[in-house]
Amino acid sequence: MPRDSTTLTFVIVGEETPIYECEIKAGAKREETVNYLHEFVLHASLDNIDEAIWTTQSCYLKQVDRYYDLTVSAYATSSLVKFLLLHDSKNDDGIRNFFHDIHEYYIKIMLNPFHTPTTKIKSKPFDEKVKLLAQKYLL
Amino acid sequence: MSSKAKGASPGGGDRINSELFTLTYGALVRHLLLDLESPEEVNKQLDKMGQNIGIRLVDDFLAKTNTGRCRNFREAAKTIAETGFRMFLGCSAKVTQIDDKECKMVLSENPLTDFVELPEKLQPLSYCSLLCGVIRGALEQISMKVECEISKDPLKGDERFELHMRLVEYVNEEYPFKDD
Repeated sequence: MPRDSTTLTFVIVGEETPIYECEIKAGAKREETVNYLHEFVLHASLDNIDEAIWTTQSCYLKQVDRYYDLTVSAYATSSLVKFLLLHDSKNDDGIRNFFHDIHEYYIKIMLNPFHTPTTKIKSKPFDEKVKLLAQKYLL
Repeated sequence: MSSKAKGASPGGGDRINSELFTLTYGALVRHLLLDLESPEEVNKQLDKMGQNIGIRLVDDFLAKTNTGRCRNFREAAKTIAETGFRMFLGCSAKVTQIDDKECKMVLSENPLTDFVELPEKLQPLSYCSLLCGVIRGALEQISMKVECEISKDPLKGDERFELHMRLVEYVNEEYPFKDD
């Protein structure tokens, strides 16, 4: 798969289903289609995350899985909601900060009385904030 | 009430954590939405609840503060903005525009809406209509009939929270003439 820019996919997984998905790309958008390989790799990493959660006290689980040059980093909140980020470059500190800030926004979303925790996050401001944070820390 | 405010509130009311308060109100509104199904009905219900709160609250207010009798609408509006909001909501309000019949007041912050984001399909909901009801109920007890509505709401894209109050009439106190 030829790539000319950094590829990133960010997913929040609730109890069973993904509740938020976002593709972050640097440079021009090349394709608008869903990248099934990314979804597949992320899905495959879930088992590793379930194991990793119990091996550490911190929320940030570091790298949990890799598939050729694609790496999955993860973060689990205390309610076992998982943040997954698929990336192809190494940037440990940036990712840690990214997850940490996302966690704060995620809590704000959960405190909104009109949001049901198991449903998809549709809030536009949240979407914008995620993209802004990605710009700041990851690209 | 607000955890940020310093010391006890004027009048020495009890304080609770502002987040607890905000979330409780959110849960209440959400439950009303579930029960009544239409946002318009919820607005009405919140307003009615507010009125019932206001009717009782005004006594508490008069007992705890040493404010004299408000003789006219202007004085009442100023007292609500400067003392009332601070005492019961932990935030201050400023009267921005006032004449004998109408008044606009802006709240510096609104603890009720701290985490709230209104979804598209609930745009007709006026989340804080409880406040309008409280003011209406309270002034009703001191023989002023007013109408109150939210004229600017940050939840709907405005910059600040503004309440618009309009005096309908001064109601003369009715005495129980029956002497039996």
